Amino acid sequence: MGIPVSINVNGRAVDADVDPRTLLVDFIRTHCRLTGTHVGCDTAQCGACTVHVDGRAVKSCNLLAAQANGATVLTIEGLAAANGDMHPMQAAFKECHGLQCGFCTPGMVMSACELSGKLTNPTDEQIRDALDGNICRCTGYHNIVKAVKSGLSNMQK
Amino acid sequence: MHPFELHKAASAGDAAALIVGKADGKYLAGGQSLIAAMKLRLNAPSDLIDLAAASDLKGIKSDGKTVTIGAMTTHADVAASADVQKAIPALAALAGDIGDRQIRNVGTIGGALANNDPAADYPAAVLGLGATVHTNKRAIHADEFFRGMYETALESGELITAVSFPVPQRAAYLKFKNPASRFAIIGVLAAQTPAGARVAVTGGGSGVFRVADMERALAANWSAAAITHVKVPASGLSSDLHGSAEYRAHLVGVLAQRAVAAAA
Ligand SMILES: Cc1cc2nc3c(=O)[nH]c(=O)nc-3n(C[C@H](O)[C@H](O)[C@H](O)COP(=O)(O)OP(=O)(O)OC[C@H]3O[C@@H](n4cnc5c(N)ncnc54)[C@H](O)[C@@H]3O)c2cc1C
Ligand code: FES
Ligand code: FES
Repeated sequence: MGIPVSINVNGRAVDADVDPRTLLVDFIRTHCRLTGTHVGCDTAQCGACTVHVDGRAVKSCNLLAAQANGATVLTIEGLAAANGDMHPMQAAFKECHGLQCGFCTPGMVMSACELSGKLTNPTDEQIRDALDGNICRCTGYHNIVKAVKSGLSNMQK
Repeated sequence: MHPFELHKAASAGDAAALIVGKADGKYLAGGQSLIAAMKLRLNAPSDLIDLAAASDLKGIKSDGKTVTIGAMTTHADVAASADVQKAIPALAALAGDIGDRQIRNVGTIGGALANNDPAADYPAAVLGLGATVHTNKRAIHADEFFRGMYETALESGELITAVSFPVPQRAAYLKFKNPASRFAIIGVLAAQTPAGARVAVTGGGSGVFRVADMERALAANWSAAAITHVKVPASGLSSDLHGSAEYRAHLVGVLAQRAVAAAA
């Protein structure tokens, strides 16, 4: 009783038959074997599972894979350049020490990247507001805010 | 999650036809409430009718007097709409403060209203602005639509197609939110509408409601001072770890005054 889905993941067309119950995050992690997208809570609270579906940041633990059928999905693995150079937002997180254990980081980075073009020269307050869907249990957020600010400005260059 | 069959609807008409005869069919909008409930097995529909491809359910129209929002329009799109920001800024602001950014990118106004969570934001806007909920069968005024916790006037299989909001002279929504879930502990929308002053409260526990004493006072004198002395009874409000019924009753008074002042 599988249903066919066809999803473009990080530029690669993935066709599969899935149980309708398959969550997008399980499709990404188990079917596509892209384990950079994390599951922190599995209840749509923490944002660790954030990916882009057609350019919009979403929590992939709270969406069926079938809801992304025909869509373009971007995960953390799709950010870096083909030669391995980090994406400006990834580089900013490294530079600003915007992570400690790193569990929340893929979601933070994906969520932050969606802000590009929406927030120009944001204040700390605006960044904190915009990251309200992402929880970090380690850093205390200060360096994440710094990283997002620097990453967004480098993305504009 | 219990097994279900998934059906894709191409239009509103298609969706309404697909749900006929299903043992326990449900519409799937953004899924932000429904998928979560299904994962917890609080909800186990036999069939899901996915509305995502029904483009006739999406979009925002504004003619100066009325703002009409399609059921499948996301919270993010309502918040970002120049038409809504211009005609009913309080509504755009309310939509922009639902949950978090990822939820707003997916959750829809139709789903939020059909769900009628007792702490949700949109019910306060729909009731407080005296909006009309349009379905595939009829038009339901806000005063008739909400029927308590998670209950609405929708019949089985009835599909919300759009919501139309009469443009108010002034309106503001203030929410005192639970910092973890971002749902309202209490949220109050106060508005001067073409049909008079309206005050709607969400988060009280058993569903959105109006405060008639405040509306009467505001009809005579639209000012925060006019409602300072209106007592909101704690009976009927819920007590939980976020606040007692008395605390919630107090919040209704404070937030209503602030909303009236903000909408001045
Ligand atoms: C972490 C988190 C935080 C949240 N915070 C808030 C908040 O602060 N304030 C708030 O108000 N909400 C909040 N929500 C709820 C969110 O706004 C949901 O998106 C919304 O309540 C449901 O919309 P949906 O499109 O996802 O509907 P779905 O989950 O797809 O559907 C919900 C219900 O409505 C029915 N339905 C859907 N569309 C229609 C239709 N057109 N006609 C008839 N029935 C229909 C479905 O069958 C289902 O029963 C939060 C959710 C999450 C996960
Ligand atoms: S795992 Fe999806 S939000 Fe936490
Ligand atoms: S770095 Fe550990 S949770 Fe954010």
